[in-house]
Order: sequence, then C-alpha cells, then structure tokens
Amino acid sequence: MKILRTIRVALRALGRNKMRSFLTALGIIIGVGAVIATVSIGEGARRDLEKRFESMGTNLLFVRAGSRSYRGVHGGGGSFTNLTVEDAKVIEEKCDAVKYVSPSVSGRAQVVYGNKNWNTSIQGAGSAYPEIRNWAVEEGTFFDDTHVRAAAKVCVLGSEVRKNLFEFDDPIGQVIRIKKIPFKVIGVLKSMGESGGFFNRDDIIVVPYTTAQRRLLGIIYIHSIDVSAVSSDKTAEAQSQIEETLRIQHKIAPGAEDDFNVGNMADIAESAAQSRKTMTIVLGAIASVSLLVGGIGIMNIMLVSVTERIREIGIRMSVGARERDILFQFLTEAVVLSVLGGVIGIGFGVIGSRLIAKFGGWETLVSVASITLAFLFSGSVGIFFGFYPARKASKLDPIEALRYE
Amino acid sequence: MVNSNNNLIQLEKITKIYKVGDIQVNALAGVSYAIKQGDFIAIMGPSGSGKSTLMNIIGCLDRPTEGKYILDGEEVSTLDKNKLAGIRNRKIGFVFQTFNLLPRTTALENTELPLLYSNIPSKNARDLAYKALSSVGLKGRELHRTNQLSGGEQQRVAIARSLVNNPPLLLADEPTGNLDSKTGKEIIEIFKKLNEEKGITIILVTHDSGVAQAAHRRIYLRDGEIIRED
Repeated sequence: MKILRTIRVALRALGRNKMRSFLTALGIIIGVGAVIATVSIGEGARRDLEKRFESMGTNLLFVRAGSRSYRGVHGGGGSFTNLTVEDAKVIEEKCDAVKYVSPSVSGRAQVVYGNKNWNTSIQGAGSAYPEIRNWAVEEGTFFDDTHVRAAAKVCVLGSEVRKNLFEFDDPIGQVIRIKKIPFKVIGVLKSMGESGGFFNRDDIIVVPYTTAQRRLLGIIYIHSIDVSAVSSDKTAEAQSQIEETLRIQHKIAPGAEDDFNVGNMADIAESAAQSRKTMTIVLGAIASVSLLVGGIGIMNIMLVSVTERIREIGIRMSVGARERDILFQFLTEAVVLSVLGGVIGIGFGVIGSRLIAKFGGWETLVSVASITLAFLFSGSVGIFFGFYPARKASKLDPIEALRYE
Repeated sequence: MVNSNNNLIQLEKITKIYKVGDIQVNALAGVSYAIKQGDFIAIMGPSGSGKSTLMNIIGCLDRPTEGKYILDGEEVSTLDKNKLAGIRNRKIGFVFQTFNLLPRTTALENTELPLLYSNIPSKNARDLAYKALSSVGLKGRELHRTNQLSGGEQQRVAIARSLVNNPPLLLADEPTGNLDSKTGKEIIEIFKKLNEEKGITIILVTHDSGVAQAAHRRIYLRDGEIIRED
C-alpha cells in the first residue's frame, strides 16, 4: 500500500510545521467554505421555490400584461396597462377548460393598527383567490362577490401581518388603516410556514381587487389574472383557449405578437430556475476566486518548502529515491494539504450556511453535489498548483542538493 | 551478473570534465583501478585532487564524461538517473561528514529511509531498521530524534541507514571530520568491524592519516590521477 505510506509520510512532513501548513491551507479553507455557503443560498432558494410550486398546484395559470418577449427583456411588471377586468370576465365565460378566474392588482402600502405600524404587500384579488391559490382562510372568512361588486373596504390578513399588528389579540372585526383608509378585517389566511426567504408569503393583505383599484391604487386596469384550469391535464387546453380569447378581445391581427403573456407554473418554475442557476454560478464564480488564491498560496509555500528541503531531497536521492519518488512525495504533500483544507472548508461552509439560514432568514441547502464538487475541486487545486514545485524538486541534482547549505 | 575476477568495482580510464563558464576543469584524468569484494580502501589527497568527484562517480551519484565503471559485474557508467538511483538503493551505502540525517526525525525513521524506496513493506522495514541500529550500538535510542542525539550517535544512525538494505559497498566521505578524536575512533572501529565480520567493501575519503591506517590500502590522488598507493 505504497499510497497510504506516502500519505502518512506526507502528513508527518506537514505536521513538522503545523502553523505553516495551517496558514497555507487557509486559502483553500476560506475558498471552499465561501463556495459552499454561497452556493447553499442558491440551492436553498431553489428548494424554497420548489416547495411553493408544489403547494400551488399544477393547474394554475397566470395572464399578465405585456408580451412575452418584451417581458423577457424588461423583467418587471406594472408598467403595462392593457389588461382589464373585462378580459377576466371574458375568459371566465368563454374558456370552458377554465374553472376559476381572479383579477389581480398589487402594490405596497403602510398599514396601521393602534400604535402598530407595518409596511406590507397589498394584493387585490377576486373571491376565487383561495381556491385558485390553494390557500385557505384559518380564521374568519374570505370576501365574496358581494364585497367585490361593492368595492367593500374589507381585508384578509396573512399570518405574518396578523402577528405584527395584532400579536395575540383577535383581529376579526377590527379596523386597520391601509394608506390611511379604514378597512375591516374579516379573515386571516393560513400560514405558509416559511421561516424567511426572499419573499415571505405570509407578509400580505388581500382585499377585493375593485377596492384596490379604486381606493388604494387609483387605476382601472389590472396587473394580471390568476386562472385555474378544471384539472391538471386540461391546463394546456385552458392556456390555448385563454390566448385565443384574448387575441380576439384585444383585437390582435393574426401573425401579430400577443400584447399579453399567459404562463403556467412550469414556465414560472423554469424562469426561476434559470435565474437561480445564474445566481448560483455568479456566486460560485466569485467564491472560486478565493479558491484560486488558495491554490496560488499552496504553490508559493510548496516552492519555499522545496527550497528549504533541498538538502533533504539530496539525502533521499542518495539513498535511492528516483525522480518520480520525489515528485510523488511533494505532490502528495500538496494534495493532502489542499484536501484537508477542503474538508475543513466544507465543515465551515456547512456551519456558515446554517448561520446564514438562522440569522439572515434565507433558506439554505447544502447539497451532496456541492460537497463532492468542493472536495474534488480542492484535490485538483492541490494537484495543479503542487505540480510545479514537486517537479522542480524532482529535477534537482543530488550532488548539488547534498552540498546545499 | 557474476564477474569472473571477484572485483566489486572496476574503474577503466574514468575521466570527468566540468565546464564552468568558458573554463574547462579536468577533475579526473583517466583513473583506472579495481577493488575486490571485502576490500577496505582509503582515498587521500589535497583539495582539488578529485577525491570527491571520484567518490561521486563510484557512488553512482554522477556519471563519468569518459571511461567505464563496472559495479558488481554491471556497467553503470551509461545508466540513466533513475536506474542509478536504483543501484544506489540496492548496492551502495553512504556516510557523510555532516551526517545528513533528516532533521526532527527519529533514528528509526532515518534508518528506514532507503527501504521506503525499495518497496519493502513497512513492518519488515521496521524490523530491519531495528536490527541495523542495534548492530551499531544504538539499541534503546531508536525513537530519539536527530536533535536529541550526539554527533557520534548521529553518525552511527547514518551508518545504520547505509547498512539497512544490505549493500555490498559502503562509501564514507570524511566520516570523522565533525567528530572529536575519541568518537572518531569509535566510528572507525565500527567500520573495521563491518568490514571484518560482514565482508562489506568500504571506501573512505579522509585527511586523517590515523584514520587511513585502519584501511587495508591507501590511494593517493593528485590533479585527478592516482599517483601512489600503499
């Protein structure tokens, strides 16, 4: 088991100078730790989104204003005004694969109750919102079509808002002020149970869309339409029906581009996955820079180490070490150093990602893939950056090496 | 390979020329000599006489520019670096003036070193090293580190290391140069014992004529040639 022996010899050599070995490995430790922790943020976001999509159901569709290609570049919404309540009604009437429809507007507002203040997201929706979103009311009731027709000033709180404004008091029947306008609380939504993440879904207040349009946002168009298909397998059919209906409704000439965009959960999931992938790559790349620095550090120290041990190399050669024995010895030292650094770095990365989850509120996930990758990466760094010094060592002339002072 | 005339070493017109910038240095000028198995030779001569160069060539650390070197029936003068390393491992033991032990390493680990490169499993290597250290009188001090050993003890470790693989040839370059006269005498006694009891061929380089007297024969070098022997 020549390899095991060489590893043991390498460990002993590294152990003779513990402080230096540690400082050399530090670059790798930090690099790997940083990569693991930052990638775990990306992975956590992915799992977060996956969980959300699962809970939302696969027969969910969204209609948004603005064409797909323009949206793709533009990204954000809210600047398109060509979707109306009429559109929603027409979809509900004409598309038989569609079960529920809920017009949607949204914005943010300052909310006040007593001496409590909270800034939250306001969602204007139709009465079918809970069915479409698979999100039931836990206390009280959701508003119905009467409230919508009357643009009643009623609201349903998300559990996070309820917690912040009411703590343990009963909110039902109480009046809160949204943008200084009084609203009566008629229900509280079930908690989605997220510890944080980029968007806390429980940090929301739902009001009838008519109320939101008229009293809170001052608009007559709508931002989007939530739609649920009659069943999961009818989703594709529903999507094409909606597109056809809206093209007629918006009087779009055949061949011209849609001025709206119908998306299903898969589309959303995919674009989320894309941006998650991009973010992970960017974060990973930045963190990898420190791994590179760590590798350069290893090469540097190995070069110094080789110079310091020229005599030792001469002695080994005089008793029969061949070029490849010396090369292998120093390469092993570099690899052992970088792999140990990688393992410790993985440990710190896992701890770091737990800390980020706990204190930053972001969900993190350390996957087996990222650990394996980090492990392999640190090994490769050792081989790559350790090779040059090891080769230098192996090419020494034994006589000169023995004479070296 | 078995050689017909029992010569462990056959040097035929060994020449070594160094180029130092533009200047050519003739370190050895056609040295021819034969050494039988079991011989104990001392090489003497002033600085620059070529003693070290000759030792390096005999020890397969260097190759001659011209000439033939036959060691134990095998011509080694044209072997490549790696094959020479193998020869050094199996056939030659070195003892140096400055001991050349690995620092901060135990006597045992130092002694084992050649065995690391000859593919002997570690348990056997350990046993052989213990035996070698015992044969030079260091029983009980195997686990002391280099910095915990006296000069004489370090040189004994070096001798043990040179013996551990059972080579037929032992080369010593000023082995007593860094030792006081009493310790030096002890070391020379060890060499004598090894030569007489085990039949190991020993070649010594020394300035000290007292040390040289321990050998069977003495060779005198000057300007790269053997000028005399007795």
